[in-house]
Amino acid sequence: MYIRSTGNISPQKTFGNAAFPGEVVAHEGNRLNCITPDYKELIDPKLIRRMSRVIKMGVASAMACLNQAGVTLPDAIITGTAYGCLEDTGVFLSKMAERGEEMLTPTSFIQSTHNTIAAQVALLIGCHEYNNTFVSGGASFEHALLDAQMLLQEGEAKNILVGGVDEITDISHIILGRFGLYKQGPVSNLHLFNYGTKGTIAGEGSAFFLLSNESSEKDLAKLEAVTTFYKPKDFADIESQIEAFLAANGGLSMYDISLVITGDNGDVKNDEVYHYLENSLFNYCNVVKYKHLCGEYPTSSAFALWYAVHLMGQNADPATAHTAKIKRILIYNHYQNTHHSLMLLSAC
Amino acid sequence: MSAPVYVAGVGVISGIGNNTAECLNALQNGRAGIDKLKYLDTAHKDTFPVAEVKLSNDELVALSGFKPGISRTAMLSLVAAREALNNAGIEDFSSLRSGFISANTVGGMDKTEDFFTQFNANPQAGRLRNVVNHECGKVTELVADELGIKNYISTISTACSSSANAIMYGARLIKNNILDVVIAGGTDALTRFTLNGFNTLMILDTEYCQPFDANRRGLNLGEGAGYVTLVSERVAASLKGPLYCSLGGYCNANDAYHQTASSPDGIGSFMAMEGALKMAGLNPADIGYINLHGTGTQNNDNSEGTAIKRLFEPHFPKMSSTKSFTGHTLGASAGIEAVFSALSVQQGFIYPNLRFETQIADLPFRPETAFSTQPNLKHVLSNSFGFGGNCSSLIFSKLEA
Repeated sequence: MYIRSTGNISPQKTFGNAAFPGEVVAHEGNRLNCITPDYKELIDPKLIRRMSRVIKMGVASAMACLNQAGVTLPDAIITGTAYGCLEDTGVFLSKMAERGEEMLTPTSFIQSTHNTIAAQVALLIGCHEYNNTFVSGGASFEHALLDAQMLLQEGEAKNILVGGVDEITDISHIILGRFGLYKQGPVSNLHLFNYGTKGTIAGEGSAFFLLSNESSEKDLAKLEAVTTFYKPKDFADIESQIEAFLAANGGLSMYDISLVITGDNGDVKNDEVYHYLENSLFNYCNVVKYKHLCGEYPTSSAFALWYAVHLMGQNADPATAHTAKIKRILIYNHYQNTHHSLMLLSAC
Repeated sequence: MSAPVYVAGVGVISGIGNNTAECLNALQNGRAGIDKLKYLDTAHKDTFPVAEVKLSNDELVALSGFKPGISRTAMLSLVAAREALNNAGIEDFSSLRSGFISANTVGGMDKTEDFFTQFNANPQAGRLRNVVNHECGKVTELVADELGIKNYISTISTACSSSANAIMYGARLIKNNILDVVIAGGTDALTRFTLNGFNTLMILDTEYCQPFDANRRGLNLGEGAGYVTLVSERVAASLKGPLYCSLGGYCNANDAYHQTASSPDGIGSFMAMEGALKMAGLNPADIGYINLHGTGTQNNDNSEGTAIKRLFEPHFPKMSSTKSFTGHTLGASAGIEAVFSALSVQQGFIYPNLRFETQIADLPFRPETAFSTQPNLKHVLSNSFGFGGNCSSLIFSKLEA
């Protein structure tokens, strides 16, 4: 699958033509909110008023992705979101509790359904084609990618818009915080990997990609393969999954990988597997992390894919000018040790 | 890509029965599952009739084997998915590449809304165990773990067409040689969230619903779960028991008209049905029965009817909405109706559209009102359309003897 364009709204300056990572945006505290653009330039102001924050983020990044690719009507729109439209869900739940199931209004209920963003994009551009939404927790975005990959193989589509979207709301942040997911006390994303404590920092984002089975001669990168695996037995199992994944893609091994992007989130327990791999399978490879940029959330792998596209073609090790350009990137992420995923990219 | 995918097992729980045999018996005898609300704790208890599964949460704990406190959505799912898996009689299941693709729209909302009554007053209140499985995907994982399925666990949520898309995705995972066997379908429990949500849209019927009737007033909500066990040709050949049918065609299209309403000409429904026919290599006249989406709302039945008129005129197949029995089970509906459609095409069953009285003036057809058996039934079309313009159609085809 060729990646023709991207659109990414995140806690960093990733949207539009900003030169990322000119400077990493620092966030204090355990919640990284997205830096949102001026939506009026991207979406009809009459429509914006009704949209919740995550719908605006989703629609704007999807439209920017289509615009950048010069595609007005894709052959399919597929989204992945673990939580869906939390703000609208929370509003309806709160009002239901406050008003004893009386005097409720439909807007937040209508927009609470998980397929709202894919539907709104279809509606805006008048796209009657295939439209699907995956809500598979930490594998939501990957399953959307796999759906796209199958559609391209089946000859059912040439250009597919795929996105991963999740939001933090005040309510979700409080509840997930009560589960002990986040670091307490003063914390900065710039030092996420230095604390050596329990918990991570919450993130959110919306990253869309225009995928095609045909080269456009100016593609950003090629997504060679994506796979997921579920609740692996142990680290050795994970290691063998990674090796099998590479072997199944043209008989590759770690020696063929220029760079690995890993999903460390700063939680000591969560990150054990990444440390293990850095001392074993990834031993001779350059490894970079990404969650200090976007925070932890179930579809953060969409940010990781965007980051990989961004790094492709750059020097493998910025410290030395002589290093070869990055040609092949492996992304490995897991979300709460339930869904694990691998993505393999190559330069075009 | 043209390798066939077969239905080797079915499982269902709904307002008309706790398993396939009970549901089929109700369909044959015209016994609707719609009644006064009994189990859900809501202010609208006496206002809206619903098709609840006739089991309390405690009884569902006993039937499903889950420990107490798990979302009703997951318990319904496990009961039906386990039936579908056992029904397929696959002896070497653990050696196959297996998947569980389960759709839902509410996830663990039944527990979340209980949590919220306390949380809303005090953000430090409310038991966390009631929100730990809130996500749609968590419900699927709970059930997959019980079934021992590990290779591919995925959840789809496209409103009322969700489980049709789960069945399509499952079939495609087999066709693309990623999996050998997939339990695919969906589940949804009745919740205050959905009941109140549909109430704000003013499309709930305070009486028993009358799908495709000129005087229809809206829909009755229901709950349940329905799954089909899909297998590859190779697995099908290894089975001792009979197969139900093949999944010959499917299509997902989008109405792109409005977030909740369907277009007057039913363009999305038309494209979904037409696409499924094209994939199956069939003409409209080949379809012997349509299991309608048929919610009973003014908007859906007009839109779906108009699309059927355009596609099938002048040869209309027999058709009915089994939502007149089960209510609208949202994310579960296409799974439940896939089970009914598989039984229909296998045994020639045509289900009645209960309480039908008056034909819609603009439509030159009327649904079936009595149960019958048609010996020459070859292909059954099942429609599922949802919020967000998501329209999906499935075609189940009889296997040559």
